[in-house]
Amino acid sequence: MLLTPIISKPDSVARIMFKVLLALLPGIALYVWYFGPAILVSIALASITALATEALMLKLRNRPIAPFLKDNSALLTGWLLALSIPPLAPWWLIVVGTAFAIAVAKHLYGGLGNNIFNPAMVGYAVLIISFPARMTHWGAPSGLATTGLGFAQQLQYIFLGEMPQGIELDAVTMATPLDTLKTHLHLGESVGKIFNLPIYGWIAGHGSEMVALGFLAGGIYLLVTRIISWHIPGAFLGSLFFIASIFRLAGDTIYAAPLFHCVSGASILGAFFILTDPVSSPTTNKGRLIYAAGAALITYLIRVFGNFPDGVAFATLLMNMCVPLIVLYTQPPVFGRKGKQR
Amino acid sequence: MLVVPLHQHAGEAAKPVVRAGDHVLKGQLIGMPDGFVSSAVHAPTSGTIDAISLQLIAHPSGLPNLCATLIPDGKEEWIERKPVDYRDHSPSELQHLLRMAGVVGLGGAAFPSDVKLRIGKQKISTLILNGAECEPYITCDDMLMRERATEIVQGAEMLRSMLDAHEVLYGIEDNKPEAVAALQQAIRDSGPALQQGRRHEVVEVPTIYPVGSAKQLIRVLTGLEVPSGKLPTDIGVQCFNVATAYTAHSALAQGEPLLTRIVTVTGNVHRAQNFEALIGTPIAELVALAEALPDTNGYIMGGPMMGFPLPSVNVPMVKATNCIIAASERLFPAPPPAMPCIRCTRCVEVCPADLQPQDLFWFAQSREYGRAQAFSLFDCVECGACSYVCPSHIPLVQFYRFAKSEIRAREHDKKLADQARERHEYREYRIKREKREKAEKLAAKEKAALNAKLAGAQPLTPQQQAEQAELDAQRAHILELAKSEVENTRQ
Repeated sequence: MLLTPIISKPDSVARIMFKVLLALLPGIALYVWYFGPAILVSIALASITALATEALMLKLRNRPIAPFLKDNSALLTGWLLALSIPPLAPWWLIVVGTAFAIAVAKHLYGGLGNNIFNPAMVGYAVLIISFPARMTHWGAPSGLATTGLGFAQQLQYIFLGEMPQGIELDAVTMATPLDTLKTHLHLGESVGKIFNLPIYGWIAGHGSEMVALGFLAGGIYLLVTRIISWHIPGAFLGSLFFIASIFRLAGDTIYAAPLFHCVSGASILGAFFILTDPVSSPTTNKGRLIYAAGAALITYLIRVFGNFPDGVAFATLLMNMCVPLIVLYTQPPVFGRKGKQR
Repeated sequence: MLVVPLHQHAGEAAKPVVRAGDHVLKGQLIGMPDGFVSSAVHAPTSGTIDAISLQLIAHPSGLPNLCATLIPDGKEEWIERKPVDYRDHSPSELQHLLRMAGVVGLGGAAFPSDVKLRIGKQKISTLILNGAECEPYITCDDMLMRERATEIVQGAEMLRSMLDAHEVLYGIEDNKPEAVAALQQAIRDSGPALQQGRRHEVVEVPTIYPVGSAKQLIRVLTGLEVPSGKLPTDIGVQCFNVATAYTAHSALAQGEPLLTRIVTVTGNVHRAQNFEALIGTPIAELVALAEALPDTNGYIMGGPMMGFPLPSVNVPMVKATNCIIAASERLFPAPPPAMPCIRCTRCVEVCPADLQPQDLFWFAQSREYGRAQAFSLFDCVECGACSYVCPSHIPLVQFYRFAKSEIRAREHDKKLADQARERHEYREYRIKREKREKAEKLAAKEKAALNAKLAGAQPLTPQQQAEQAELDAQRAHILELAKSEVENTRQ
């Protein structure tokens, strides 16, 4: 039986997800350049765990395994989580986080297309609440640490938990630019002075700002190929800039520059890759603006006034909860019903 | 052999006015319009009526319908043709002529054109000639515009004068430059002939499906949106297909009823082409002429987006047959298995009705029909654009059709149930009322009898008076009971 339309666009979920993975590559390349290849190990671990958990859950749920394994969505969850946590961490950290993200946040909610929360961010939230200390050991960018670890030594630490003799973990890791800012502000130092520390580069963290620009390049690719629309990244970065500007005007010695907030932490990654997850974000354009602006506000508040190193993950999860309501109240008018309420 | 269905148009089927064995001339009426929305059907050529019988027709249901079978005599003998000058006749006379010439919309819906011209007191400012032909593969209107632009323009002017519209806009997709040029030339050539110098203008519209859908074309050309549930005439616009204007011209200026149309035969064929074919021609003949390839696995009537599969090629082409597409696994591979919706909203971006297809899909799937209606399911025009772009390959249109038919079926059932309940309640009420009336009548009778007795009798003894009072009280009580019961049922 022929069903019309008998023609269709040669597109698929797998292809869309693949393009998103592709868009992450420039950021990942710069990550490796500035912070060493440990991130590749995290991504590999996350990928294997994501696919294995996905296959297991599909089998338990009696769903066809092959088409869903090939849709690249589990891989994307794994990659995003790997990019959100410190690469220099014991192997089981990323494995636990990814497995939880896929098994609980994705499949227990009904699998692809049915998860209310962004699975990668659920994985992140679980890790930061369960293993806060492990989540703060960020590797220092090349050239900043007093001693460096070779790739073999990094692997040794990740899989065996052994540091080379005479080197402490603290010697090769350091606080993130966001954390450093918070700590030094508590010591009563002014923003201007703090930014003279070697950890900072031109606009944000040395090295991490370049990684963020890599993700920005990928994000622009997603915009150009119309995988995502401008609404979420535009409203998120715009609102973050706006909120940070207001605080900055209120006191430029205690509040960091707006551009710093837009490039620091997971701002760029969140704006283009995390908040834009179609399944857990609003389907209306007006709703997307509200959702992203809300996420920017929460991100800023958590970063500046909260205790967590960054706020993008919790902001995403909190706004995910509001999505059904946002969508319900931002329905655009239907053809021929302009100006009329539904 | 030609098979001419009597129901080729929207509305009521035409009533056969010939019998098996009759000899008919080309253009002779064989089906009389029956009802307000109906149209005439004619013999496409001269010959003998072989039968008036149920035959398989081009309809998705695959159910047979009443058709006249004509065996041509090969002489092509015409009935007497009576061309008229449209300027000498009133609009209502012209509408009647179009109705009797079997002129219907040739864009696909086959709605009787005379009905669309009966606009009552409404004022029409703009007449739109639809030459968008937006579905891929279909080229019949393109060819007609290229080759017979003059007749189209003259036909459009006839339609314009009947509607008393101020201007005529020809909406043509910008991928048909030859058609645009031909129509512009035809408008220039017939310049002085156009009555009162009314403006005829060709407007190129972007080639974006479904720009040829009437309401969408009106929005593109005029910026006006036809309100939901209303007709274009409610905002002073009327829309006809260019091929309809052409047939209107033939019907009036040549006196020739609608006997042929242009049909595109394409897809999995060796020679894709347009034919001008007689209504009633078996589709099998057309696909044989176009040399359908051996791996053809089915045929679509209409376009690849909104057409429907033909139950068989042994059906006649009708006035609505604009295109026949031969399908094959190679040309139109079956879509991969559907994946879950990931709410990517590609469907929202392409929906011409500005709906939220992903939500409608969700509601249709979970059978939340009330919410589907609240999200304007019935504004969906089933153009298939959402299905086309869906990266999860969900047959969205099929879900909407299913939900619509379920809702219609439920509304029908509910209406029947409501009627049954009303009937039942009225019956209950009637029974109670009859009971009460009976009781009242009885009481009145007894009282009358008693009074008559009393009139002629001695005054009652105290004992009799007491008995009488008791009887009256009992009767009053019964009456009260009956009354209250009736009241209760009414509530």
